[in-house]
Amino acid sequence: MKLRFSRSQLCLPYAVFLILFVIAPLIVIVYYAFTNGQGNFTFDNFVNFFSNGNTIGTLFYSLFLSLTTTVVCLIIAYPTAYILARSGFKKQYVLLMLFILPMWINFTLRITALKEVLTAIEGNISLYPFLNSVIGMAYDFLPFMILPLYTCFQKLDKSLLEAAADLGANKFSVFLHVTLPLSVPGIVSGITMVLLPSMTNYVVLDMLYNSTYIMGSLIGSYFKAKDWNNGSMISLVLLAIIFIVTLITNKFSDKDNDARRTIL
Amino acid sequence: MKKPLKIFAAFAAAGVLSLATLPLAACSNNQTELVLRVSNWEEYIDLGGWKDDELIDIDNTFLPDSEGIIGNNSLVDDFTEWFNSGNHGFTIKVEYSTFGTNEDLYNRLNLGDTYDLICPSDYLIMQLLNEGKAEKYSESFHDPSIETNYYARNVSPYIDGIFEENGWKEYAACYMLGTTGIVYNPEMVTPEDASSWSVLKNSTYKRQVTVKDNVRDSYFAALGIHNAEELLSDEITEERRNSLLNSTDDETIASALEILKDIKNNVYSFETDSGKSDMITGKVVANYQWSGDGVYIMDQADEDETNPVELWYSVPDECTNLWFDGWIMLKDGIAGNEQKKIAAEAFVNFLSRPDNAIRNMYYIGYTSAIADDTVFNYLDWNYGAVFDPEDDYYDGELLEICEYDLSYFFGEGYSIYIDASQIEIDLENATPQKLKLGEEYGNDTYYLVYPTPEKVSRGRQVFAQYPHRSVIDRSVVMLDFGDRLSAINRMWINVRCLAVKDFNPAVVWSVVGILLAGAVAIILYRFRYQIFYRRPDKIFTNKK
Repeated sequence: MKLRFSRSQLCLPYAVFLILFVIAPLIVIVYYAFTNGQGNFTFDNFVNFFSNGNTIGTLFYSLFLSLTTTVVCLIIAYPTAYILARSGFKKQYVLLMLFILPMWINFTLRITALKEVLTAIEGNISLYPFLNSVIGMAYDFLPFMILPLYTCFQKLDKSLLEAAADLGANKFSVFLHVTLPLSVPGIVSGITMVLLPSMTNYVVLDMLYNSTYIMGSLIGSYFKAKDWNNGSMISLVLLAIIFIVTLITNKFSDKDNDARRTIL
Repeated sequence: MKKPLKIFAAFAAAGVLSLATLPLAACSNNQTELVLRVSNWEEYIDLGGWKDDELIDIDNTFLPDSEGIIGNNSLVDDFTEWFNSGNHGFTIKVEYSTFGTNEDLYNRLNLGDTYDLICPSDYLIMQLLNEGKAEKYSESFHDPSIETNYYARNVSPYIDGIFEENGWKEYAACYMLGTTGIVYNPEMVTPEDASSWSVLKNSTYKRQVTVKDNVRDSYFAALGIHNAEELLSDEITEERRNSLLNSTDDETIASALEILKDIKNNVYSFETDSGKSDMITGKVVANYQWSGDGVYIMDQADEDETNPVELWYSVPDECTNLWFDGWIMLKDGIAGNEQKKIAAEAFVNFLSRPDNAIRNMYYIGYTSAIADDTVFNYLDWNYGAVFDPEDDYYDGELLEICEYDLSYFFGEGYSIYIDASQIEIDLENATPQKLKLGEEYGNDTYYLVYPTPEKVSRGRQVFAQYPHRSVIDRSVVMLDFGDRLSAINRMWINVRCLAVKDFNPAVVWSVVGILLAGAVAIILYRFRYQIFYRRPDKIFTNKK
C-alpha cells in the first residue's frame, strides 16, 4: 500500500472546513435574510434595513467609530513601523516582537486592564464613552496596522531613496514622492484589517461601558429577540459592505507580495 | 522508509479502533444506568469545597451523624450518590450543564438541545407552559405524606399559593425567589433617593448608577417611574398595581422608551455582571440588583480588606418585581420514560431537602423556597441577635434588637430577633422595651427591644434575603410579555441605538466629508498618471 497525495487532495481538509463552517452558514444567513418568520420569500427585511432610522444611525455610528479608530491607528502605527524597519538594530525581529507581544494575551484581559488604567486617568470612564471605545479599539487593533506597514517598509528598496536624494530631493520630498507612494499597499491592507473588524467588535464597547449599540451588538440584539430574519439581513448588508471595501482595496495591494500574508 | 510508515499506520489504526470501542465497552457494563440531563443557571447550586470553619452548626435531622451542615462535595454528586444508594431498581448519572440567561436556554431548546429538567425564570416557565413543552409532575410528587417528598413537605405555603394561583403548580417546583431593588452606599445616596426607581435617572448621581442590561428588568423600572404617582398613592389596589406593571400597550411602551433613554444618558453602564464589582470597588454609588446578588455584594463589601464599606439594599417604594426560578421537566427530554421522571422528581426533592436548601442559600446568597424549622434555625443562626452568652462573639453589651416578622413565609408565629441596625427603623422616635430574652439558651441578659416597624424599605442582608411583609405587599409578579415581546424588544433596540435624527449634524457632515475625501483620494490615486505626472516607464520609453 502506497500513501500518496496529490496536491489537490492536500487541500481537502480546508475544503471540508470551508464548506461546513463558511459556505453552509452563509447559505443559512441568505435564506433567513430573504424570508419572513413563516419562511416565505420576502424583501421586507431589506427594505427594513434602509427605512429604519436605527439601523442607518447605527451603521453611521459604527462607521464613524471605526474610521476614527483607523485614523488613530494609522497615525500611531505609521511612524512606529517606519522607525522599526529603518532602525539599525540588528535583531529587528525582537523589536517587532515587543509590539506583537500584547496580541498573545487574551484581549478581554487586556481590555479589563485598560479599563482600570482609564479609570485611574479619567476618574469616571462612563463620561467619555466614545473616546474610550476608540482607545480600546486602537489598543486592540494596533498590531494589525503595524505589521503590514512594517513588512512594506522593510522591503522598500533603499537605493530608490538614495537615488531620489542624489537627484536633489530634500528629505521631505523623498518621503512624499518615494516612501509614501511605495507604502500605500501597506497602508491599505492595514486599513482593511482595522476598519472592518472594528465596525462589529462590540465586546470592547460593552466592557468599556459604551451603552450605544454598534453593528455587532445590533445584530446580537436582533438574534436575542429571536428575530433571525432582520438580524441576518443586517449581517448580509455588512458582508456586502466588507466585500465592496475589499474589492476597492485589492486594487491597491501589492499583488505578488501581499503584506497580509505575514500575519495570516 | 516504507516499512516504518506501515508500522506506524498499523499502530495508528489499532489505536483508533481501541479508542472507538472503549465507550461501547463502558456502556455495556451497566445497561441500567440512566442519564438525567439537568440544566441550571451558572453558579446556582452548591458546588462543595467548603472550608472546615464554614460549618453551619445547627441541628441537621436529615443527616443525623453530621455535626451540622457543610458542603464537601457538589450537590449534584451528593444527589447521584443518594439516589443510587436508594432502592429504585436502576442507577442514574447526572449530566449537569449551565446557561447564562433565559434567552440562551430558550434558544438552545429551539436549536434542538434536549434536557430532562431545567430551571428557568417565571416568565420562561409561563412561555414553555403555553407552548405545551412542560411535563406534568406526577400525582405522588405533591403528596406530603411520603417522607422523601421534601418539596411537597417543606415548600413555603406562601410560594405554593402563588404557584397555585398562577397555574404553575402542576408543572413547576419553585427553587429560588427574590425581589429587585437598589444596592446603594448610604454615605453617597440619601435614603429618599434610593427608595425610588427614579434614582436611575436622577442627575445628582449622573454616571454613578448602573442598570441591568436586559429588557425585562429595565422595562419594569421604567414602568415604576412612569406610574410612580399612582403607585405611591394610598388608594392603589393589588389588581391595579398588577395591571399597571404588566401593561404592554403601545402608549406605555412609548413612555417607557423616553424614560429608558433618559436612564441611558444618566447611568454608568448597562451591566449583566460587572455591576457587582463596580459597586464593591466604589466606582458606582448605587446599582439595580436582584436581591440575591445584593446579599453577595453586601457580604463582599463588608469583607473587603482594603476598603470595607457598609452597603444597603433598598426596595423602591413604588413596587418591586417578585421573581421565581423553578424546576420544570421537558416533554421531549423525559419522552414518557417513567424512570427518568422518577429521577427528575427525586432531584428536585433532594434539592428541597432543608439541609441542602441551606447549603445552596449559603453558597449562592439567594432565597430558597423551602420553609421549615431547619431553614428557620439557619436564619436565626445567621441573622439572629439573641446570642448564647457563652459564644465568643458576644461581648455582654446591651444590644438593640427588633423583631422581624416572617410569618408570611414560614407560617404563623415565626419571627426572629435581629440587630436593630440591620434594617432602617426610626430609632429616635421609638420607645424600646427592656426585655430578658434567650432563656432557652440559659441566657440571663436583657435586650433593648424596639417595636416591629409597620413598613421597612431599606436594610441589610437579612432584608434582602427575606423581604419584609411590607415589601411583599408592594411586589408584583411580572408576567410573560407574550405576543407583545417583539414590540418591547423593538423599543429596547430603539433605546440602545442612535437614530439618524439623534446625531449632531457636525458629526454627520464630518463623516460624510471623510468618506468623500477618501473616495476622491482613491480616484486621484487611480488616475494619478493621467492627472499629475506621466507614468515613469513612459518617460523612459520616450527618451529612448
